[in-house]
Amino acid sequence: MTEPTITQPQAPVRSEGYWRTVWRNVRRNRRGMAGLIVIGLMLAVWIFSPLLATNQPIVCRYEGRWYFPAVVEVFQARRTGPQWINKARPFNLPQFDAKEQLDPDDFAIWPLIRWHEYEQSSDFLQPPSSRHWLGTDELGRDVAARMIHGTAVSVKVGFVSMGIAALIGIVLGGLAGYWGGFVDMVISRIIEIVICFPVFFLILAIMVWLEPNILNVMIVIGLTRWTGIARYTRGEFMRIKGQDYVVAAHCLGIGHGRIMFRHILPNALAPVLVSITFGIANAVLVEAGLSWLGFGVQSPDPSWGNILRTAYDSLNVAPHLVYPPCIAIFLAVLAYNLLGDALRDAIDPRLRGTT
Amino acid sequence: MLGYIIRRLLLAIPTLLGITVVTFCVINLAPGDPAELQTQGIMDSKVSIRVYEDLRQYYGLDEPVLKRYGQWLGRLARLDFGPSMSTDRRPVWDKIRERLWPTMSLALLSLGISLAVAIPIGIYSAARQNRWFDTVSSTVLYALYSIPSYVMAVPLILLVAIQWNWLPFQGMKSDDYAQLTALGKMADLVKHYTLITFCFTYGALAYYARFVRQNMLEVLRQDYVRTARAKGLTERHVIMRHGFRNALVPVMTLCGLLLPAIIGGSVILEVMFNWPGMGRLFFESMMSRDYPTIMALTFITACLVLLGTLLADLSYPLVDPRIAYD
Repeated sequence: MTEPTITQPQAPVRSEGYWRTVWRNVRRNRRGMAGLIVIGLMLAVWIFSPLLATNQPIVCRYEGRWYFPAVVEVFQARRTGPQWINKARPFNLPQFDAKEQLDPDDFAIWPLIRWHEYEQSSDFLQPPSSRHWLGTDELGRDVAARMIHGTAVSVKVGFVSMGIAALIGIVLGGLAGYWGGFVDMVISRIIEIVICFPVFFLILAIMVWLEPNILNVMIVIGLTRWTGIARYTRGEFMRIKGQDYVVAAHCLGIGHGRIMFRHILPNALAPVLVSITFGIANAVLVEAGLSWLGFGVQSPDPSWGNILRTAYDSLNVAPHLVYPPCIAIFLAVLAYNLLGDALRDAIDPRLRGTT
Repeated sequence: MLGYIIRRLLLAIPTLLGITVVTFCVINLAPGDPAELQTQGIMDSKVSIRVYEDLRQYYGLDEPVLKRYGQWLGRLARLDFGPSMSTDRRPVWDKIRERLWPTMSLALLSLGISLAVAIPIGIYSAARQNRWFDTVSSTVLYALYSIPSYVMAVPLILLVAIQWNWLPFQGMKSDDYAQLTALGKMADLVKHYTLITFCFTYGALAYYARFVRQNMLEVLRQDYVRTARAKGLTERHVIMRHGFRNALVPVMTLCGLLLPAIIGGSVILEVMFNWPGMGRLFFESMMSRDYPTIMALTFITACLVLLGTLLADLSYPLVDPRIAYD
């Protein structure tokens, strides 16, 4: 008996992956990339906000030693640093005013805005000047510093709330689409109930109940804004579950859970991602609206919504306060919309330009 | 057709029940009740506790939640929303009825204007795709669509109402409304409606125009449009009779779906413009924990949403005989 010759299987030519194709298409879309850049900028502003606006220098020499107070603040504000990261001696004292005490001849690199977002002064409702670039609010706080630190809220709200919504929506939508029948009927009914709720009413009702802070706002938006995602996922699962590779997976005896999450979900995710992107834009909007009504982020914590509220309350005396939050909210929403459009066009070029 | 309607209406019952149950639970589990809020001002703690207990009994808040929900459903079956739990203690229906018209008129006005403007724009830019009008209007509409209504409203109030002092922005009528002549009353109403109607309308308008344009482009690519052109019909005839009528179906659906969104999404704008509508009533009832009013408003809005979707679905066969329900 001769041993059968084993021919080495030829490695198949790897075609370009799905996500690579999508990314290549997004890259080509100039408006989408502009949106992505704005979103990236917002992220950067959020992460480095203490380096952009605080009342202590980034690097300075004080009484013969080097200090990095604002850098430490980056870690403190993110709560990522270990507990022992603390500002060095004179800079952690509340009565220490770096702007007064530092020797002007010594070396110091200051942040762009030399004000802290909570720092009050007696210059109430001042128009923009070289001292306060965007003016001050009713408590004499620097609006530019508050805008920069308010970015955090808008960034976090979008991602966290849509993370929650995506989790609920994908699981429920996936179950409904995969199993069909009775499960589908029950889940579709639940989706319909949540859709028929005037969502803003529901959010308001829950926000009266919960303590108004950013975490609760994110949870509530996440709990109420998942219906679109669920419907997309359901549709995609229904479309994909009949395809050959899923049937093949069944024949191989692979469990339902594995088929749902490893075989179907990755292929169903792209259209859902579009829905999530638009959802983020909406979440930013809802948060700003809630904060405007007084149910969202509470003063003194800055958010674009409550800065807009301050502006609305003092329209007659301080018109300059109106524009920064309006432009910021508009740009954020526009950026997510542009990115969403670009993603949708990239996923399915047939849909190009549909609203 | 009739069977379809009945089936849809029957399906709406569990949905409505679910909505009322969730709302009832959410507002009743929330800390603080109307009795507590209304006794907050009493300094003497003994008096305050006694009044609090009396009020709870008066409103029936000492009953278990389940029983109260049953009572609420029972009253609803008799189309009675009960008395409100605010300090004026008027029937809920009276409070809502006087708020209904400001909101509904606004919604209808905004829907009408946005359709009347958006459809011609959409058709024209689709018919002349990629010409200058199409390019300009597409860009402008996209920008308008991306500006959130309340973000547009605040600078608008600042410029038009405060700095230029052209239009009022607080409420629906001026303080001296009763003394005005009939013509003056009209002018006053128009002035008060202008700003808020604009803020309600432009977003929907931009959305509709983009939507109509897209559908028109889709339809104009069809074979029957080519046939119509080939047999020598005028371009006007092709666009209006062959193109537009077929692009109308999705627009009809959108109407049904967007009307509730306009009503439900009006809380911020109504509070901003101090508008005596349902959105602001909801906000006020939320603040004073006026349970019956909140329940009634949620119920009515949910009904409107369901009705809107049903009407949209029913209008399909009207505009497109190819669709029929069995």
